[in-house]
Amino acid sequence: MTRISRRGLLTTGAAAGVLAASGLPLRAQAKKGGRLRAGLNGANTSDSWDGRTHSDLFMIASAQGAVFDSLTEIKADGTLVGELATDWEASSDAKTWTFNLRQGVTFHNGKPFGADDVLESLQMHVAEGAKSAAKPIVSAISEMKKTGDHQVQFTLEAGNADFPYLLSDYHILMYPAGQIEEAIAKGIGTGLYQVQAFEPGVRMVATRFPNHYKGEEAGWFDEIEYIAINDSTARMNALLTGQVDAINRIDFKTEALLRANPMIRIQEVTGNQHYTFPMLTNVAPFNDVNVRRALKYGVNRQEMVDKILQGHGLAASDTPIGPANPYYHAEMEPLTYDPDKAKFYLKEAGLTSLDIDLNVSDAAFNGAVDAAQLYQASAKSGGININVVQEPADGYWSNVWLKKPFCASYFSGRATEDWMFATAYEAGVPWNDSQWDSEDSARFQELLLTARAELDSNKRREQYHEMQQILRDDGGVIIPMFANYVQAVSNKVASPDKVGNLWQMDNARMAERWWMA
Amino acid sequence: MHPVLKIILQRLALGLVTLFVVSIVIFTAVNMLPGDFAQAILGQGATPEAVDAIRRDLGLDQPPVTRYLQWLSGALQGDLGNSFAQANFASFVGADSGVRTTVAQQIAPRFENTMFLAGVTAAIAVPFAVTLGILAALYRNSVFDKAANIGTLTSISSPEFFVAYILILFLAVLNPMLPSLSNIYEGMPFSERLEKTLLPALTLTLVVTAHMMRMTRAAILNLMASPYIEMARLKGVKPIRVIVRHALPNALAPIINVVALNLAYLITGVVVVEVVFVYPGIGQLFVDSVKIRDIPVVQACCLIFAAAYILLNLTADILSIVSNPRLRHPK
Repeated sequence: MTRISRRGLLTTGAAAGVLAASGLPLRAQAKKGGRLRAGLNGANTSDSWDGRTHSDLFMIASAQGAVFDSLTEIKADGTLVGELATDWEASSDAKTWTFNLRQGVTFHNGKPFGADDVLESLQMHVAEGAKSAAKPIVSAISEMKKTGDHQVQFTLEAGNADFPYLLSDYHILMYPAGQIEEAIAKGIGTGLYQVQAFEPGVRMVATRFPNHYKGEEAGWFDEIEYIAINDSTARMNALLTGQVDAINRIDFKTEALLRANPMIRIQEVTGNQHYTFPMLTNVAPFNDVNVRRALKYGVNRQEMVDKILQGHGLAASDTPIGPANPYYHAEMEPLTYDPDKAKFYLKEAGLTSLDIDLNVSDAAFNGAVDAAQLYQASAKSGGININVVQEPADGYWSNVWLKKPFCASYFSGRATEDWMFATAYEAGVPWNDSQWDSEDSARFQELLLTARAELDSNKRREQYHEMQQILRDDGGVIIPMFANYVQAVSNKVASPDKVGNLWQMDNARMAERWWMA
Repeated sequence: MHPVLKIILQRLALGLVTLFVVSIVIFTAVNMLPGDFAQAILGQGATPEAVDAIRRDLGLDQPPVTRYLQWLSGALQGDLGNSFAQANFASFVGADSGVRTTVAQQIAPRFENTMFLAGVTAAIAVPFAVTLGILAALYRNSVFDKAANIGTLTSISSPEFFVAYILILFLAVLNPMLPSLSNIYEGMPFSERLEKTLLPALTLTLVVTAHMMRMTRAAILNLMASPYIEMARLKGVKPIRVIVRHALPNALAPIINVVALNLAYLITGVVVVEVVFVYPGIGQLFVDSVKIRDIPVVQACCLIFAAAYILLNLTADILSIVSNPRLRHPK
């Protein structure tokens, strides 16, 4: 097989690349039946059917991917379609949104789905004392009301053209009104599969729900079994010995072994997941844009992709907007390793050399400590002396991230630009890990608000491209690489030509989209 | 009172004191770890507001001494408390719904699995090791004896995961005879459960055999120089009969001790094997719980582990007394 460069793969269309790699016929006919067994990581004894707590693959694939539905869904090609909503309409300022809900849908316990369920399910995220990761999304709704048995209307505090995208968030699941506690305890949703057994941190078994509204277009398996295998060697063994049909997150060190097996294919997609080194832009010396620029030129991004990700990634230029985003600026001139420029910007900042601490742990991302050491070596010739401080993985997120001026972190990325910026780049939001605000770039914060309410996609494209350039040139977060999602699938299971790249395992929806070959 | 009964009671009382000390040590140790349950569970999303809300819900805002005493008074009444892991977000609007998973509910199925694995392993390993030990004593210094020694010493000296991977390679990948994934669950038919448990059980057998086999061999050889063995030999008793009939009964005490120690290990120390074979035992639960600082579950697991050692040691001592007439009827 000829080698396709990863950048080339992206520009020529990922579908063609995946096709070439998998060797599947172009239009395979999906068929019903069979049992999907998947070995997935990210399972914990603290798992539950409460969507507000979901953060890792096992529960996302079990809940949004199989048992529950959201109002909207992002397809594998990145387009947004209705799931429990059929269509929606916005006022011209993108402030008022009316959603029509699907009729004739029932929960697994027989209760029909309607507007009340939507209102109560959303209320879960903003209730007093509730701890939901989707709280910022829902709290931006100033008023929600039922305008019909199958229609709801939301009024937002400020216009947001991406609002329907936000509702596809895997935390925002639809529960039956008045029975939410029971639904959380037993896993009662409207999804394609009905829970048969669930042991937190161990396994989840579900069977196809008969007469589902997705009918003949999705949910091909009769039964699915997700087995929690957190150890990557054990996952690989399980796949090699045929006890599971698919595994997520393969270990790059043993990738060659999997590739050598004719019964197994590797799926690799570049999405928005990115590894970062945030600097606190309100702390000296990082408040000086020239220091930040010097640091940007001190990273050898391609070397990090090659050595930390073993080639399974894409060099990034300090913007969190990745290839899975609609307005990804692919033609933007990338940042490259240039020690002379680093020296130049240090001089601009009035310095001859720079001594800084970089606090890291592998809790931030796999290989973060090695990445920091690579950074240390490459920055040295630019006059920057990085002292790598290794922190304990325990408590890293509470004691180091957002606290130390320069550390390591990661984001899985978001489906839309605004969602990503609103999560970590809008002035004042809790996860703004560079303390990036209008003092650093008034233009960026202004564009953020204008683009959010802009319904014309050409104008939005220009705005988002400009924002990506601002982050590349002045931003407070060093983003050296996008990390691919790499998973392995047995040839007993077929998957569509195009698999989703927003999240692992076809956006965690393999139970819905794949079938037995 | 019968002296044996007295010993049992004394030892049980001492065991309770040990459990108490263990609970204090574990509680202090978990509290000294950086971070707590609220921070661990929220990870990147640990905003001060959310952390406070969870701490309030679980009573983690109380001082450690108060929390320990609360836990202790519950434990003394047989209530090991509620698992943080399943309690945290169960309520609909953030208020306490009262529906919680107790520690006992969370641990029971895992403990059952662990006991099953330990049972299967013991059923294979103990007869195997003792037989091997007897044969090694019988044919001491022969090729068989040396091979048995080298083989068992090699397997005990290799890390458990290495032994496990070797077995997976030969018995699951190259010759697909046994499943490499031991994901047993409640309601699984016994034969399937046994089949899935076989590879981890064989791994553990290889790990524990050396200790028991060598102790059997040494204990028997120790007696072989005794005058009464010589007498038996002079009488013309066959060597195997000398060992089984005359030497073994008197060598039982040290063998039983080693067996007990290894059984305790099978209950408490097999987390690595559980991870490799994805076996849902108590070791996995324990490590998960330490990771998220789920103190009630950690405490309960430690108590179980400590109790396993105490009870098995006690059993070993009782059995060695019972097997030795001199100790059974002290003058």
